[in-house]
Amino acid sequence: MTTNIQYETIVGLEVHVQLSTNSKAYCSDLNKFGESPNTCISAISAGHPGTLPKANKEVINSAVKLGIALNCNITEYNLYARKNYFYPDLPKGYQITQDKTPICTGGYIEISDDKKINITRIHMEEDAGKSIHDLDPFYSLIDLNRAGVPLLEIVSEPEIRSSKEAHAYLFEVRKLVRYLGISNGNMEEGSLRCDANISVRPVGTKEFRNRVEVKNINSLKNVMKAIDLEVSRQIDCYNNKIEVNQETRNYNAATNTTSVLRTKEDAHDYRYFPEPDLPPVIVSQDFIEKIKTNMPSLPKERYKKYIKEYQLSDYDAKLLVEDKDISDFFEDTVKHTKHYKTVANLIMGTVKSYVNEQSIDFKELKVTSQQIAKLADMIADNQVSQIIVNQKLFPEMLKNGKSPELIAKEKGWIQKDDQKSIEDIINKVLTKYPEKVEAYKSGNKNLLGMFMGEIMRESKGQYNPKSINELLNKKLNQ
Amino acid sequence: MKNYVSLLEIQEDLKQKKTSCKELVLGYLENISKKCDLNAFIDVYKDEALKRAIEIDEKFQSLTAGPLAGMVIAIKDNICYKNHKSSAGSKILTNFTSTFSATVIERLIQADAIIIGRLNCDEFAMGSSTETSIYGPTRNPINKNYVPGGSSGGSAAAVSANLCQVSLGTDTGGSVRQPSAFCGLIGLKPTYGLVSRHGLIAYASSFDQIGPIAKSTYDILAVMEIIAGKDDFDSTCVAEKLTKSTSTDEKQVTFAVVKEALNFPGINTRVQSEMNRLIEKLKSKGHLIKYVNLPLLDYLVPTYYILTTAEASSNLSRYDGIKYGYQNKQNNIDDLISYTRSQGFGKEVKRRIMLGTYVLSAGYYDAYYTKAQKIRRLIQEEIIKILKYNNFILLPTTPNPPFKLGEKNSTATQMYNEDIFTVSANLTGHPALSFPLGNISNGFFASAQIIGDYFNETSMLNTVAKINSE
Repeated sequence: MTTNIQYETIVGLEVHVQLSTNSKAYCSDLNKFGESPNTCISAISAGHPGTLPKANKEVINSAVKLGIALNCNITEYNLYARKNYFYPDLPKGYQITQDKTPICTGGYIEISDDKKINITRIHMEEDAGKSIHDLDPFYSLIDLNRAGVPLLEIVSEPEIRSSKEAHAYLFEVRKLVRYLGISNGNMEEGSLRCDANISVRPVGTKEFRNRVEVKNINSLKNVMKAIDLEVSRQIDCYNNKIEVNQETRNYNAATNTTSVLRTKEDAHDYRYFPEPDLPPVIVSQDFIEKIKTNMPSLPKERYKKYIKEYQLSDYDAKLLVEDKDISDFFEDTVKHTKHYKTVANLIMGTVKSYVNEQSIDFKELKVTSQQIAKLADMIADNQVSQIIVNQKLFPEMLKNGKSPELIAKEKGWIQKDDQKSIEDIINKVLTKYPEKVEAYKSGNKNLLGMFMGEIMRESKGQYNPKSINELLNKKLNQ
Repeated sequence: MKNYVSLLEIQEDLKQKKTSCKELVLGYLENISKKCDLNAFIDVYKDEALKRAIEIDEKFQSLTAGPLAGMVIAIKDNICYKNHKSSAGSKILTNFTSTFSATVIERLIQADAIIIGRLNCDEFAMGSSTETSIYGPTRNPINKNYVPGGSSGGSAAAVSANLCQVSLGTDTGGSVRQPSAFCGLIGLKPTYGLVSRHGLIAYASSFDQIGPIAKSTYDILAVMEIIAGKDDFDSTCVAEKLTKSTSTDEKQVTFAVVKEALNFPGINTRVQSEMNRLIEKLKSKGHLIKYVNLPLLDYLVPTYYILTTAEASSNLSRYDGIKYGYQNKQNNIDDLISYTRSQGFGKEVKRRIMLGTYVLSAGYYDAYYTKAQKIRRLIQEEIIKILKYNNFILLPTTPNPPFKLGEKNSTATQMYNEDIFTVSANLTGHPALSFPLGNISNGFFASAQIIGDYFNETSMLNTVAKINSE
């Protein structure tokens, strides 16, 4: 059955940001990913009788930082609340979270030059442990290392209108938490997790229809896939006159399918109430001001600075600030050189393609910003050619850690610029191909490239191509 | 062995070498085994206590002993002690051994007190008679057919029968004061936030406080000086330490007598007359008596049970059979949790979990929980107001003398209503001290309690000491 109704996608995202604090949210146990199971747990993490929580101040700092970055109102009087439900990897049988007084409200995230997504709330809470179902043939195993790890949950308004916008939103969140240094934002490790509330409605209508919560979306790509999948499922339902139930579905990345996790009838009654073991936290204006003065510079400010101070293009500036590690490296490098544009080209070109090829982390790169600055200086002063840099000099720098200047000198990669030597090589090549010279002179100008290539090969890239080009033209057009 | 009223006497005898810690411990051990029919102790730490006694005797000789040297203490089964079992009188924790010690235990040991064992109590401190324990009821040493009160019934019975010098109980709605009253002892419910709850197996977090039961105010003060004060593990424990004496140690003290309590319809006439005798005595000694109203009195018990069961329903969620304690093995997780909890918890605990779950559930929350919180705030304002114009509030600890075992088990509310005079101090967080008055029947005593201003324990103890000596 086909119909002509056009549907509009309505998405609200709940993003869980795992904070990279040293210790857990409510005790001093280590907050560390990848440790042996059940090694980062004391009696408190394990929910033993008689244990009490203690609020980690770093979590409040992180929440306030994020709130400031997202232009939120920061709540002064913060109550903790208990969210009650039974689950084997939830040691206390409740999660300490916030209910009526989320630490941040309002605010927004810019996902493009002309679209903002408003934030409903951000609240502090703790993670549960992990249940492992596929390791033992008979039992499910539980690892409580993650139990009590601090989370911030960012809830957006249902203003996202496509899977692409959802992707952009999540990308921005990840970028911001990395810039703020509050989380590594790594979706594969589960440091950033996302649930999507999805509904569709005929274009032009105003009221919201039943929404479906899709859980377990664990990568940026899957956000788009899961939303597209759910949107088309709902449209199919409506087109076939089937009711879309308000329910919770689980996204399975391996099969790119969703399945019902809970229907509305099975929805938990979490019985929220104020956490009696933790006194309220007062976030004073002074405290907020203190955090404001210590805020790291955010992508937007950096973008402006790159255009204004470093005269970079809009394109370059945007590209550089996309990734905090790259932007940090750029900022470090330009402290040592004035050739900003060359640095930008080097980082976005030579360095980045190397990193991508090797699929390593930018931080694992074994060159210093001083070395890259020196390299930029050498390129700008025509001491080395870009080809030499890309193919030989940069890989060599990574290999032995020596300064680019030293390597270039040792290897004889310094570009020579004396007219005499260049002329000698040009003459040598031209005498080798007399017919081609004739052909050029009689009008086949395309042969210039061939001559250039031959000369470059002959000169092993030691000469400045610009000088070669000038001289060659002069010779051929004599 | 000698029945010492206070640590002062013990330490005097230690000094004069009339006794030793070892002798004291041996004496208590003998008493414990002689009076095992009281069912006060769940575990006796015989070898450990003797070993400690010998160590402390040596310290005493070399004048390096701590302030509580010579004090033999037993602890309620809901206070954790490292490498010892703690079960809160429940089947669900029968084989649970704590991996850490409660802050109060750490501090007592540091001060050279000797821990001699753990004491029976109502399951998860839910009860007023020590009849809900998985280990069976504790009996009142004054008359074994009667309950010792609860939930710290084992704690009161042990001190009363001279099985230890002092005991620790916990008080959520009167669980230290009521058994103290039933056994003719002194019991203190400290200000909420004075004593760390770290290591106290929670019943209702915003009500629970650990408190001592003793034969003298001297011992209560000695223990409080050690256990009170800030603890990094408990964010609700805010007081630096026990306040020394204050201006209320003056000669003339104003007592506010709660009219609704003194003339409570269900009050035993002999309790009432003992109260009146106390009032007359206080007047004759030059103290001032003011009669005040507490119109919210009738709302206290319902308010208390709504809020404590709400917190309890959440606090007891951790007992799911997965991590520790009793487990009822089943083929799937939902069954495992529900069978473990159905079999592991007793009737009274399940009743309170269900009540608490109900008052917190969607659609009922505002009608019960929110309203009860409002009343909690109102009663707090009332008590603060009374204490602004009076040094202490004076009221009976319980409306009735002890009852027989099994006597009040027909309906739950019958037992709950006995808490009417004790729950207010837990609702408002104020300190309350119960002390025995005259003999009323079968060797039992009526008891009064005074409620003082926050962190005013020392003055309260000094005042009661003075009343008793006058």
